[in-house]
Amino acid sequence: MSARVIPPISPTTQPYWEGAARGELMLQQCSACGQRPFPPHTHCEKCGSAELAWQAASGKGTIYTYTISYRAPHPVFRDQCPMVIAVVELDEGPRLMTNIIECDPEHVAVGMAVEAAFEKIDDSDVVLPVFRLV
Amino acid sequence: MSLKGAAAVVGIAELAPQRYTGDASILDLLSQVGAEAIADAGFKHADIDGLVVHPIGGLPGFVPATVAEYLGIKPTFAELVDLGGATGAGMVWRAAAAIQAGMCTTCLCLTGTRRRGRPQNRKQQNTERPPPRSIAPTRDRSPAAEFDSPYGMVGANVGYAMIATRYTHEYGLQDTQRAKVAVDQRKNANANPKAFFHDQQLTIDDVLSSEVICQPLHMLEIVMPAAGAAALIVTAADRVPDAKQKPAWILGAGESVTHSSFAQAPNLDATGIGIASRAAFNMADVKPGDMGLASLYDCYTIMVLLTLEEAGFVPRGEAGAFVESHDLTWAGDFPLNTHGGQLSFGQAGMAGGMSHVTEAARQIQGRCGERQVPGLELAYAHGNGGIIAEQTGLVFGASR
Repeated sequence: MSARVIPPISPTTQPYWEGAARGELMLQQCSACGQRPFPPHTHCEKCGSAELAWQAASGKGTIYTYTISYRAPHPVFRDQCPMVIAVVELDEGPRLMTNIIECDPEHVAVGMAVEAAFEKIDDSDVVLPVFRLV
Repeated sequence: MSLKGAAAVVGIAELAPQRYTGDASILDLLSQVGAEAIADAGFKHADIDGLVVHPIGGLPGFVPATVAEYLGIKPTFAELVDLGGATGAGMVWRAAAAIQAGMCTTCLCLTGTRRRGRPQNRKQQNTERPPPRSIAPTRDRSPAAEFDSPYGMVGANVGYAMIATRYTHEYGLQDTQRAKVAVDQRKNANANPKAFFHDQQLTIDDVLSSEVICQPLHMLEIVMPAAGAAALIVTAADRVPDAKQKPAWILGAGESVTHSSFAQAPNLDATGIGIASRAAFNMADVKPGDMGLASLYDCYTIMVLLTLEEAGFVPRGEAGAFVESHDLTWAGDFPLNTHGGQLSFGQAGMAGGMSHVTEAARQIQGRCGERQVPGLELAYAHGNGGIIAEQTGLVFGASR
């Protein structure tokens, strides 16, 4: 549980957030070309097909890059700094912005294996996918 | 079809960046700097038939019309450019393209921002420290608001720190090598009376002993927000003889937009910086090594290092060693950001990105005084918006 900026959810992205609430990391996959668009799209970012099917991802990935933010990037994160903000590359391919939680920030490194975790946002019903080191 | 030699920059004006501009309105700042640029070119308001501006806080829409009326001009080409830090450079080729297309003959490119100053009671509020509450964005429905902001990917520090982390992982980079960029640029600012940090010296130790804001970036590697304005006059080749100033010819331009959210950015060896730069050099039929000045967008030290490689000035992975072994000042063997860069000149919103363009053009015109690069024939100006999302490159030449 932590205070955060609450994401504005649209009908296109709702299955992603419903999955997070169940503890699943949901990705779209294009039925025509196999591409996995992220963030969720109405049409495939590669071939333009509208045939996008939702599937649960493995939740496993590696840290592509990260930073330790010593100052709150927004006042809402004031009591959470230093915090690790990272781009994780999922085993399925897409990269997404996230936080690495429950870690010593100084021990985080590019290339480390991570797995999805799920954290409810304070003052909200939204559950946010985050990652922890494995 | 090419823009090469179709138009030139003949007038330049800039308000020295300040921390705050008090109650001055943005329209006042823009009309002041616009009038100065028109006068600098030796033109009159009636000569201006093109206007390029950018989105302005406090003006909900109709920005070109609002600015044109305030300035007292009636453009036949009116354009809004929204490319973040690439906006200034993006304005210049659009002005040249409009001129080449016959839509106008002389175009005013206008950038600026105001900063009123921090309300006195803000500090007091901070010391009271109420527990943070989650906040819901009321207007921003962008994918970034949905998939980046909840994690603290807000503003630019986090993104550029992640670029520095990844770059260091791939190629190796010393903190002292990043700091060298800030130090050499400060020496340039020391020779530029308009630079915000004109009167202050800077050492590598100063940079590395400043607070780490986002690992690995120190405060003195991060641009300081300022207020100010900058304007350029772009005119058609056949009007150049009417201008008071020597022309800085627009010889090449390139642009690239690759993403919005940083998580969706290309790998660091395939960014839009390279796409835009190669296009600009190709149009001008020149090579990076032909440039006598590199005016490269420097919101952060790491951005300069990445751009040196991606734009083709330095082989991949060698930017750190390159800046260590070269003198990047106006008097050095690789003049870079001779105005001080935004790190030392000041980043007045979109006028910050424009400062790389005004400096390149002014250097080509031979009007840079103490920091003039002697015998300069070709200069490269580069703009970068978002988290390496929007890129625009311009090649300027002393000869058409």
